[in-house]
Amino acid sequence: MTKKQKRFAFLAGIFAAAALAVGLVLSALESAVAYFYTPSELAALDSAPKGVIRLGGLVEDGSVQYTDGKTEVQFVVTDLTARTSVRYSGALPDLFREGQGVVVEGRLAEDGGLAAMQVLAKHDENYMPRELEKALKEQGHWKDQYGK
Amino acid sequence: MISDLANPERFERLVRPVQPALAAISLLLAAAGLYYALFASPPDYQQGESVRIMYVHVPASWMALFCYSVIAISSATGFIWKHPLADVTAKATAPIGAVFTALALFTGSIWGKPMWGAWWAWDARLTSVLILFFLYLGYMAIWETVEDKSRAARLAAVVAIVGFVNIPIIHFSVDWWNSLHQPASIFRPEGPTVAPSMLAPLFLMALAYTTGYGALVLAAMKNELIARRLQRLRDVAGRKASTVEVK
Repeated sequence: MTKKQKRFAFLAGIFAAAALAVGLVLSALESAVAYFYTPSELAALDSAPKGVIRLGGLVEDGSVQYTDGKTEVQFVVTDLTARTSVRYSGALPDLFREGQGVVVEGRLAEDGGLAAMQVLAKHDENYMPRELEKALKEQGHWKDQYGK
Repeated sequence: MISDLANPERFERLVRPVQPALAAISLLLAAAGLYYALFASPPDYQQGESVRIMYVHVPASWMALFCYSVIAISSATGFIWKHPLADVTAKATAPIGAVFTALALFTGSIWGKPMWGAWWAWDARLTSVLILFFLYLGYMAIWETVEDKSRAARLAAVVAIVGFVNIPIIHFSVDWWNSLHQPASIFRPEGPTVAPSMLAPLFLMALAYTTGYGALVLAAMKNELIARRLQRLRDVAGRKASTVEVK
């Protein structure tokens, strides 16, 4: 091997070792790296997790109920397979509404519902002006493309 | 071309007209891009006016990844082939990339508060970009602390290559794990999910950042070459002075 080839092999070896180490760590931490459980993942767990967890999914259409004026809210988070009900009192983000993706942080209650301490809205990857939204809805292309 | 540039003096002669031209183009593009982004583009159907943060945030994130890739590739070139300008390129790129990363983190945070409802979340995308920021700082710290510059170059190159593992993780973090951050809107197999009237200011800003990086990195490289020449002259002068004393 020439010196150049040696240096190349050294650097390639270091990169491969680092990639392998990081890959192993990340796959071992799989569930810890994920930011939230989906309702299906939550239902599939052997024992209900204790402590604070995060649940992500869509706010089910027609499930949002305000109790006690506007300060307390109940809704259902769904991934279209499983559903989890959520209770929350506090400020909701601007994007919160039915059909919207949300991430809810809180503790599981005895009844399997989630007592939320924080509600975050998840934004999707679509960016468009309001006129385009209107046009898509009028042409009936809205549902199949964006699901809301 | 690349081997022509190996001669620092030829490099300086090439840079002299190119650097100010790039700076001027970048400023013009940024002026047009910012006007388009802040006034002439439509509000988003969900985010309203907050979407305008995206035109500063998204290209800054691209540049954060791009600059780190430049560092990794030129570090490897310098390490393996001893190209005289490679480690100068890597060193000069680091602070620029760090600023782009900080800008991406900052603008993401002020977008996150009204849209998500949180300034920060420890999800895979946000955390891996924060790690990228620390990688930049660590890379720069090596150049500052290691006295012998050729040793510093080798050490920094190894760190840059190890840190390069993070770049694909950042890009794919939103696909590999459940995350709060939205998935990619532009670099996705099915094509962009951004309306054309919003793509135009986005690409203008991306071009402004890229040419701005070009102007800054060329200026920084020129300064680094001058600093190195000055150091060599000082070393020679110091050696002469000490031989005189011995007499």
